[in-house]
Amino acid sequence: MGAAISIDCITHHYPGQEQPTLRDIRVNVSPGETVALIGQSGCGKSTLLHMLAGLLLPSEGCVRINGHQVIKPSPRWNMMFQKPSLYPWMTVRKNASLGLIFQGRKKAMQGRIDELLETVGLTDKAEVNVQSLSGGQQQRVALARSLATDPELLLLDEPFSALDAFTRVALQDEVTRLARARGISVVFVTHDIEEAVAMADRVLVMGSNPGTITAELCVDIDHPRDRNSQAFVDLKAELMGHFGATRTPPADPQQTDESRITTPEAAAQSPTAKAVAGESRKRARAA
Amino acid sequence: MNREATLNEPNPALALLLPLLRFGDQVRRRVQYPALGIAGLFALWYWGGWAIANNEDTMAFASFAPGPTLAAFWDLVVSGNVWKPIESSLYRVGWGLFYAIAIGVPMGVMIGYFLTLKQVTHVPFQFLRMISPLAWMPIAVLAFATWDGAIIFLIAIAAVWPITYATAHGVQRIDPMWLKVGSNLGANPFHTLRYIVMPAIAQDVFAGIRLAVGVAWIVLVPAEYLGVTSGLGYAINDARDTLEYDKLAAFVLVIGIIGYMLDAICVRLIKRSSYHAEG
Ligand SMILES: Nc1ncnc2c1ncn2[C@@H]1O[C@H](COP(=O)(O)OP(=O)(O)OP(=O)(O)O)[C@@H](O)[C@H]1O
Ligand SMILES: [Mg+2]
Repeated sequence: MGAAISIDCITHHYPGQEQPTLRDIRVNVSPGETVALIGQSGCGKSTLLHMLAGLLLPSEGCVRINGHQVIKPSPRWNMMFQKPSLYPWMTVRKNASLGLIFQGRKKAMQGRIDELLETVGLTDKAEVNVQSLSGGQQQRVALARSLATDPELLLLDEPFSALDAFTRVALQDEVTRLARARGISVVFVTHDIEEAVAMADRVLVMGSNPGTITAELCVDIDHPRDRNSQAFVDLKAELMGHFGATRTPPADPQQTDESRITTPEAAAQSPTAKAVAGESRKRARAA
Repeated sequence: MNREATLNEPNPALALLLPLLRFGDQVRRRVQYPALGIAGLFALWYWGGWAIANNEDTMAFASFAPGPTLAAFWDLVVSGNVWKPIESSLYRVGWGLFYAIAIGVPMGVMIGYFLTLKQVTHVPFQFLRMISPLAWMPIAVLAFATWDGAIIFLIAIAAVWPITYATAHGVQRIDPMWLKVGSNLGANPFHTLRYIVMPAIAQDVFAGIRLAVGVAWIVLVPAEYLGVTSGLGYAINDARDTLEYDKLAAFVLVIGIIGYMLDAICVRLIKRSSYHAEG
């Protein structure tokens, strides 16, 4: 089952910096939901993701996953990075099984890993050294490694940005399919607007200095998504427009389209916005 | 390759000859330069022997020349007298290195991992490192009940530094992402050490051990000049006292050969412990 996340009023100062890197971030993610974080470079997306993973503790506020405060990393919520960071002295199989080894779950390992490698299409590469794989294949191993421990939540920090366009699209679809099939919640950071629209149920736009959530956009398109459909293209344009607006002084939120783009405060206040999000998710599940 | 394959069919003699020629060519390429080096060394030795023999002052040492030395070497091997000192020396070097590794690797991991520790230990360690191990001799003799113990201590104290610093260097070069991914997958400190840190630094550790073996092997001989009545250092000293210069030179040869072999073993270990893909 997917994890429910609540990010409670996170503010973060890195030591030695006057301005807070993040200020007053409030986000809720429901079980099985996929949320995209986009924003300019340096606005604190990775910082926020590290906090969700328990790799970094916020100076104020806290992250709760299923009601428990996150204080350290856990194999139940797993982070994938831009680089696959596989261990070059191990085979594909060993890399993928590492999480299970660390948990002491070696018994059912063989079968599980076989199954996972088949899911990511690397069955015939199981016993080769990871250094001989292509970038896309390596990221697939990292995906298998992340999924091996049956996480409830996947955190992805620009996981596909180093890949070529074809591999990227294939992996975007693959991760979406796997996460939906297993009901895993996903929070991912991306610079790619198409990626956000293709994968997410909800897109959060972050502004910088200090990092805050400036807007929220629901992606209400059934899976599998046709990237050429009018709805998809419209959403991309809308997001792009809003994203551009974060560079100029932020527009008055009241003037934007209420049903799609809402500030977090508005989202918290208006029950309709939440209902829309819930609805779209339900519909997405049904599809 | 393909052209040869088609050539092979009409002519069976060629089929045999070609691989043979190719093998011969490979062997020649592999050994030609090392052989040249060895020949050069022998030539120098021969010339030195000749010069010593032709100088009135040094004539008494003429048996340092290759001829007498190789004869004495042959005698040592045939009579089996060469093995006992080798065994004693390897025993001491082995234990010395054992302690150096047992202390140096954990110390290196800590120094590489904790920047503070690196800064704290920098001055004292560099200070200790620059003291010749042989300077510890009087203290070692006092501190240890046996001569063996003292020599092992000297070797260990000489060998511990290269191992420590090579290990620390390796730890500092570990990709921080590997540690992040590990802790993210739920690794405890033991897991991190066993599955991530040790494999990542293995090659550096063995490179340090290779340096340490070199130092240990050098320290061994002077350390064995004192007190003990076994080992290669003692054998050299003994041969000098009995004026058997050919035997002395033969032991020098033995020391060189064993040292070369130890180094070759280390090179093997370094290669095997490397995780970099070949080619
Ligand atoms: N360890 C750190 N110590 C001090 N400041 C940091 C540290 N890590 C990040 N920062 C600062 O915090 C801000 C946010 O960094 P972060 O990496 O979260 O940005 P990001 O949104 O992920 O950017 P990008 O899109 O380029 O990955 C940056 O201004 C950066 O300079
Ligand atoms: Mg980042």
